[in-house]
Amino acid sequence: MSTQRGRIQISGFDTEQVTEREPLSDWTAGGTGGGTEGRWHRAWRQFKSNRTAMIGLSVVAIMVVLTTFARPVEIAGITVQPISLAPFEPQKSLFLEPGSNAGAYDPPSLTHPMGTDASGRDMFSRVMVGGRASISIGFVVVFITAGFGLVYGAVAGYYGGWVDEVMMRIVDTVFAFPALVLALVIIAILGGGYWQLVAAFAFPGWAGYARLIRGEILSVKQNQYVTAAQALGARDRSVIFRHIVPNAIAPLIVQASLSIGTVVIGVAALGFLGLGFPPGTPEWGTMLDATRETLIQGPGGSIPWWATVFPGGAIFIFVMAMNMIGDGVNDALDAQSNVDVEQGGGN
Amino acid sequence: MALVEINDLTVNFYTEEGVVRAVDDLSYTIERGEKFGVVGESGAGKSVTAMSLMRLIEDPGQIESGEILFKGEDLLEMSEERVRSIRGNEIAMIFQDAQTALNPVYTVGEQISEVIRHHLDYGEREAKERTIRLLDEVGIPEAEARYSDYPHEFSGGMQQRAVIAMALSCDPDLLIADEPTTALDVTIEAKILDQLEDLADEFDTSIQLITHDLGVIAQVCDRVMVMYGGRPVEKAPVEELYYDPKHPYSVGLMSSIPRIGDTRERLQTIPGTMPDLVDVPTGCSFHPRCPYAEEACTRKDPVLVDPETGHEASGDPGEHAAACLEYTGDLTGGLDYTVEVDGEDPQITPGDQRE
Amino acid sequence: MGLRRFIVKRVLLTIPILFGVSIVTFGMVHLTPGDPIDVLVSFNPDVGPAEEAALRERYGYDLPVWEQYLRWIGNVLQGDLGPVITRSGVSVNDVIMSRLPETIVLGLFGWVFALVIAIPTGIYAAVNKDDLGDHVSRFVALSGISIPNFWLGLMLILFGALVFNIWPVLPPRKGLLSLDTLWFLVMPGITIGTASASTLMRIMRSSMAEELNKEYVTAARAKGLPERTVILKHVLRNSLISVTTVAAFLTANIVAGSVVVEVVFSWPGLGREFVQAITSREVNLILAITLFTGVALVLANLLADIVYAMLDPRIRYD
Ligand SMILES: Nc1ncnc2c1ncn2[C@@H]1O[C@H](COP(=O)(O)OP(=O)(O)O)[C@@H](O)[C@H]1O
Ligand code: SF4
Ligand SMILES: [Mg+2]
Repeated sequence: MSTQRGRIQISGFDTEQVTEREPLSDWTAGGTGGGTEGRWHRAWRQFKSNRTAMIGLSVVAIMVVLTTFARPVEIAGITVQPISLAPFEPQKSLFLEPGSNAGAYDPPSLTHPMGTDASGRDMFSRVMVGGRASISIGFVVVFITAGFGLVYGAVAGYYGGWVDEVMMRIVDTVFAFPALVLALVIIAILGGGYWQLVAAFAFPGWAGYARLIRGEILSVKQNQYVTAAQALGARDRSVIFRHIVPNAIAPLIVQASLSIGTVVIGVAALGFLGLGFPPGTPEWGTMLDATRETLIQGPGGSIPWWATVFPGGAIFIFVMAMNMIGDGVNDALDAQSNVDVEQGGGN
Repeated sequence: MALVEINDLTVNFYTEEGVVRAVDDLSYTIERGEKFGVVGESGAGKSVTAMSLMRLIEDPGQIESGEILFKGEDLLEMSEERVRSIRGNEIAMIFQDAQTALNPVYTVGEQISEVIRHHLDYGEREAKERTIRLLDEVGIPEAEARYSDYPHEFSGGMQQRAVIAMALSCDPDLLIADEPTTALDVTIEAKILDQLEDLADEFDTSIQLITHDLGVIAQVCDRVMVMYGGRPVEKAPVEELYYDPKHPYSVGLMSSIPRIGDTRERLQTIPGTMPDLVDVPTGCSFHPRCPYAEEACTRKDPVLVDPETGHEASGDPGEHAAACLEYTGDLTGGLDYTVEVDGEDPQITPGDQRE
Repeated sequence: MGLRRFIVKRVLLTIPILFGVSIVTFGMVHLTPGDPIDVLVSFNPDVGPAEEAALRERYGYDLPVWEQYLRWIGNVLQGDLGPVITRSGVSVNDVIMSRLPETIVLGLFGWVFALVIAIPTGIYAAVNKDDLGDHVSRFVALSGISIPNFWLGLMLILFGALVFNIWPVLPPRKGLLSLDTLWFLVMPGITIGTASASTLMRIMRSSMAEELNKEYVTAARAKGLPERTVILKHVLRNSLISVTTVAAFLTANIVAGSVVVEVVFSWPGLGREFVQAITSREVNLILAITLFTGVALVLANLLADIVYAMLDPRIRYD
């Protein structure tokens, strides 16, 4: 300013008048701002309003219920679940039954909505039961790997230094193989079967969680260093387990929900390769094992497409629903940070 | 004819919380060669105004009504292609944070010469030469070597200079600077502002300088518009605003500038914050924060008037107008603040007053 | 600093990982009860115990495990992967040399398919966020990561070969690069590439959408550049940087996919060889293919990191 006039001093802008008087109108600042709702609460609310995720959740719930109640469940000879929704015995060749007119590769009909397979077994019953192994292995593996990965990553990130270095090189090594290849090698060693498959997918599966948690811990630790550099000492263990781990759990949940589908596909793939379960086991992947030949050369020239379409379709629908949930969880937990950015943002 | 004439501009954002009226019935003009300041707290609608001038309002925003005459032609009516030929060429923009405004994966030189090649049809080599000259002109040492540096290899001040060079690269008629120095520290800020002013004179460019800092306005501008809640509340030549502010909000902004030799105990910052523009207070939207507010202020919407006569403002450049009910005779208590001027030096420092 | 030093350092870092890869491979396979000689003996019942012991000594299976490892890794480093025990006169090297090209060609088909589909779709979806096209392509991508590749392959055979009869069921017995063979590879290529294409598309879309919100994009528009330049020059380069970080992961996807897809389409590659080796417990072959996969992926990772460093000027080589 090119002025020869002097310094400006303002008096009489009395801010106390504003803070002390009665509000002139009923307008209040921040009328639309949300309350201090807990983060998990908010995430859940967001998840519930996500239509795709809710469809996924319903489909998964229905499939889990169907597969659980398809046939009775026995644990150590005791029947813990007596209900049997499946219309036929999935292991039984119906043409051996007296009075049955079912044959091998009967096309879908009212009695057999998904037709029958090569041994004249009811496909519908088999598809219903067939999810048991893959679905439960999916959940078990994710539970084991996420738990182990959490601890492993927390230890590596917490100790740092050469411990971290060595532990993360091990993770790198596991990452050097595609999960399916490691699973195949393990099945080659252990043979097929339920717990063998769990081991086969748990072995390569934990590394991703370990990396994730270690990253989270390192970044939070860094902030801790900035704010309270020397306070790291006796307190840091409780810092990690009270503060950091609960924070890191959100991305862990996202990853877990997205990897259930991957494990389910993997289990089915081993079944398809004939390495998961004995032939004839009612399991989605194993059921597809024999069907490639039928596609190339259908018996009597006709192709029993139902033998391929239904078991695979069941895997597809389950995994799709699972991934819809995973995406929904991702959005719901991500939205947290977006909200935070918006609140802290300004200009 | 004014270089820019904005008439009754209204811009809405359709958000989940509701409709945000970011700019409400705004009019102003900028003359050729003029340095026009826009001041207001964060959220006043300054950036949205600037983006409207570039016609770069994006979803969920929408320019509802009004016209933006640039050299007599309405920007809002033009084809996209025509607007593009104006952007970066006749109207150029300097962003608040140079670091984020530069693309990290291209060299600074490339990002400038790209504009020159695009608008002025220069070849590779001429564009590069012109870029180096520009970099030199905005005060980047060893411009030729710096041409092929990446943005992260520049300091904050350098980055801002590069962005200024980019904006000036096609000799624009209007330069919109949106908080060009907010991200910088005070010493660099003063230098950059000086330079901006000199360059604008040299290139004969008009400037619309946006800031939340009245000190910055004092250093550069001829005329100023104070914005609150998406509306202009006071328009005046800069000196008049400083020595004779008419709107209580301007007074509040003035009294919150820290000054050397200040005798007051602490700064009188305006209490409260800018209202969320989804839910604007009735009447004068400043009333919840205004020390002089009366019951009338909650009912009646003040319009911009000439404070002397109380007649509606004409929109002439150079007039002084304010939107407070005091000047239409609706208040009983009056505005009892005083502006004292003492000493000799015009000591308004571009200061630390942050939003 | 400097790109070259970064590369050297990065290469040196892979050495311990390669070492770890070889240990994991060898360790896992040698947890197997029994050794290749047992397998051999089970195929030739007239081999006596004395002969068996002699064989064991000859191949070194009587030594402690660590010594076996050293012998094995020594041979591997000299390019000798050992014999295929159940096929006399055939060495693992022969199998790999004859099967590898088939797998590489199939993998390339998958990669090309993934890139050709994912990059444009990802860009389209990000630019037209929340439009119908975006929703449709996201739905397709979600299906793509959810569909089991072996079933997708079976369905393609069912429809392509049997219902519409436009495609051969079995691979033609012609040269690897003959037109017939390449035509045959279209469906296996789609099968192996679908999951990667879908993953890549999702990553492309989200990284592109994130970049589009950055201020440099507004700045580029404010320069008056046409939208095409803004997207394809300014935004794309930045989003591709984040895509390179998953390139190695996608390669792993394709390698794993080749195992299953080769079985589905009777494609005579390493993947199918691997499954056969596992069924017949052909230890040397399992070892070699596993090691080979690990090494290939470590190198793919290395390459991705180097490309990343070259694409992103901000990276600090320290
Ligand atoms: N992209 C957007 N979406 C929603 N609201 C916006 C957007 N951009 C600006 N606004 C709203 O417009 C108002 C004015 O913003 P702006 O012009 O950026 O203020 P400032 O004066 O600080 O530059 C703010 O209330 C802001 O919430
Ligand atoms: S109209 Fe009333 S509330 Fe608004 S500035 Fe004037 S005195 Fe204050
Ligand atoms: Mg702004």
